[in-house]
This record gives sequence, structure tokens and C-alpha cells, in this order.
Amino acid sequence: MKKIRTRMGDSSLVELTEGELKREFEEGTQDAAERGKIPAITQEELDHLFDIYSSPSRIAGVEMGNEVIFTYDSTCGEVQRTLTPIDRTQSLQLFERMLGADTVELGHNDYSFKAVKPVISYERNVLEQALLITTVPVLYGAMPNLGLYYRPEGPVQNPSELMAAGKINEAREAHEEAIEYAVKDMVFVASELYESGVDAIDFDTTGSAGDPDFLATLRAVEILKKKYPEFCIEMGMSGEFVLGMHGELTYNDVRLAGLYPHQQIQLAEKAGVTIFGPVINTNTSKTCAWNVARVVTFLKFCVEQSNIPVHANMGMGVGGLPVTPFVPIDAVSRASQAVVEITRLDGL
Amino acid sequence: MAATHAIASGMGGMRTAGDLVARMQMSRGMRIKEAKKYVAGKLNVSPVELSDPLVMSERREDLKLGLINPPPDSVKGIESKFHIAELLGVEINSLRRFKEKSGI
Repeated sequence: MKKIRTRMGDSSLVELTEGELKREFEEGTQDAAERGKIPAITQEELDHLFDIYSSPSRIAGVEMGNEVIFTYDSTCGEVQRTLTPIDRTQSLQLFERMLGADTVELGHNDYSFKAVKPVISYERNVLEQALLITTVPVLYGAMPNLGLYYRPEGPVQNPSELMAAGKINEAREAHEEAIEYAVKDMVFVASELYESGVDAIDFDTTGSAGDPDFLATLRAVEILKKKYPEFCIEMGMSGEFVLGMHGELTYNDVRLAGLYPHQQIQLAEKAGVTIFGPVINTNTSKTCAWNVARVVTFLKFCVEQSNIPVHANMGMGVGGLPVTPFVPIDAVSRASQAVVEITRLDGL
Repeated sequence: MAATHAIASGMGGMRTAGDLVARMQMSRGMRIKEAKKYVAGKLNVSPVELSDPLVMSERREDLKLGLINPPPDSVKGIESKFHIAELLGVEINSLRRFKEKSGI
């Protein structure tokens, strides 16, 4: 019986029969449908997934005309972590001129708004210089990263310690206090960068510290859009559903804890977000086929519910890509084609 | 990974019209289909041709929209943004600031 070579979510190779591969897609879409209470993908879409993943080719790709645009989370970081000794501005040029990037993104090593605040003058100077010598849109990216506002790193009592001591109300108050600090920092940093001419701000890995992180970012977006109505704001998420670290926080009377991408995007849109970046996590103990079927199910419904452009997160460990530092080309290109052609989203 | 995505499903940035389509998503919140149609109309090409490096390098050179390997005396960096803003009918934040600072 013919075997198809594919991968697990941890990137290891596995061989499946045609029947087994088809079953992976069916179970993946059912899992997303049950968790998100959304429709599963159609038989035609399952067949298209099978065609993509059963191909023996090393690389897959969309049909001509189906291409989308890309925004990135720190094009500088991608180069810096290879220890290639070049300046951040040169990294942006490298992406623009060598890799054909549609947009580039400047970011600080720490990549958090709280860390950028004390060095904002330096960041503005680098940005202003970069904007003179590049043609493609330049975004600035950083994470809301509410975790940095809790002790010992920050000024607010640590909610995890309070919870462990049974002080639930005090823990919630600590989260609420951290939100105030984070909103001020995000609005300050983004405003400074707007005045320097940045094309867009990217609130990346939003919600990494749960519902207080998500709420702080929604509030910062709301303030920035009132201040600068033309400002392009991208919100990239950190996980497929919002963790309830506080549990009772709401935005526009909607409880934030437990929201999935199609629900997150509606609040992002209300706050004034221009481009939304949903995340679907990879399960390492399942196949890439199972994972990608889950991804396209969540994303397709998210795109259908949206009135703003959707750029899915398709990096390591999300978007149907395996969890490994060196993601294989076959896994990336197959997920790329599947997500673009089935969900009809606007970018990655 | 970025390079693999670019080969599998990317428009190609300044090699083609990826940066121009991105500007319409960013400045007007257009979805991909609408943004491609808008840019294609402005460039007088078909939406499929927006991702064709041969067609687009010629259009970019003619319209002074910037090239990844620019010849001498061609537009570069901020200079190309003047022509992009005019062609697409959008305001570019860095261009606004450049005009203010240089007294244009």
C-alpha cells in the first residue's frame, strides 16, 4: 500500500497511508469545530488539503494569482539571532532588497514596550534613518508583555504569588493595576514612533499574559486611533484562545477569557485595529496534517467574520508549522499554500 | 522560514507590487482582493500581473516606484515614496514628516 511521507507537530518524519492521512484532516477539522463551536471545513476543502499533503514534491505553492502580502514580527531579530554582525537598518534593507519583503519591521532586542520606553530616543533615530533609505512600509513591533509589570521586574504585586496565597481579589487588583501601566507605555511609545513617521505599529504576541494583556492592548489601540485616526495598527495574537489569568475582565461587555480568533477579531475591529493576526497553536503529538486542518478551520471562520485584513501567524509552532528551531521547507510551504488557498485570508 | 513562505505564497515585495498592495491594506484597510484590484487599476495591469517580476519591474521603472537593484540616476528610498503616494492616492506618514522637516 502506498505510503505518504509527512511530519508530526514536533517535525519528525512519519509515513501514513492515504486513508490515514485523510482521517488526520477529518479529525483535525472536527477538533477545531468542537472547540470553537464553528463549522468544519467542506469535503472539497478536505480534498484540497489531501492533494497538497499527498504530493511527493519537496515544496508546495499557491496557484499564480493567489499570492498574498506579508507582515513580520521583527525582521531585525530574524537576522540578529543568526549572529550576523550587521546593523538593524541593514537588516531591513536585506529583507527589502534581497528577500523581496512586502513590508519590514524594526524592533528592539527585548521586543517589549516597557523595555523600549527608556530608549525611545534611540529607537526614533534608527527608525527615522531607516525610513529615508527604504521604499516598502516600515512597521515597528513590540509586545505588550504584561508580565514585565509584575514583581520582581515591575512595580505591581505578583498575581501568581497572591493566587498561591489564596488572595484572589488582590491578584485581580494587581492585574488591573498592571493594565494601567501597560496602556500608558504602549500609547507613549507608539505616539513617539508615529511622530517619527512609522508606517504602522505592531502589537505582537498580544494576550501572552492572558486577558489583562489583551484588554490593555485593546485600550491602547482605542486611544491611539482617537489620537491618530490614520495610524495603521496591527494586532498579532499569542495563542488561539485568551487565557483567563484574571477571569472577569470584559471589553464592550464581552468577557475576554476563553475567546477564540473569530471572537477576538470582532473586539479588535471595535477598538480600531487595522490588521489582525490570529494564532492557532501546534499540537506536537499530532501530525502536521491534523494541525493544518485545525488551523484552516479556525482561520476560515475568522476571515469570514472579519471586515479588516487578516494576516495569520505562520511562524514556528503556530499555523500548522512544527515546533522546531529549523522548520523544514516541506512543512512550511504546504501549510502556507493550504492556509492561503482555503481560508482566503489577506496576508501572513 | 520567511524565504520559504515568500516562495510558496508571497507577492514578492519590490520585485513585483507586494509593497504597493500592502500600502492599500495599511492605509485604507482594504482586503487582499480589493487592494490588488485597486493597485492593478492604477498600474494598468491585471491582478495576476501584480506578482510578475518582468511586468512589474518595467512598470516600476516607468512610474519611478523604486527597484530592488536600482540603476544610477533612478529613484531610491524616500524619493520613490513621492511617486507611490501620488500613484495610489494615499498619505505616507514618513513622507509627510520628510516634507515638513525639509520645508517642501
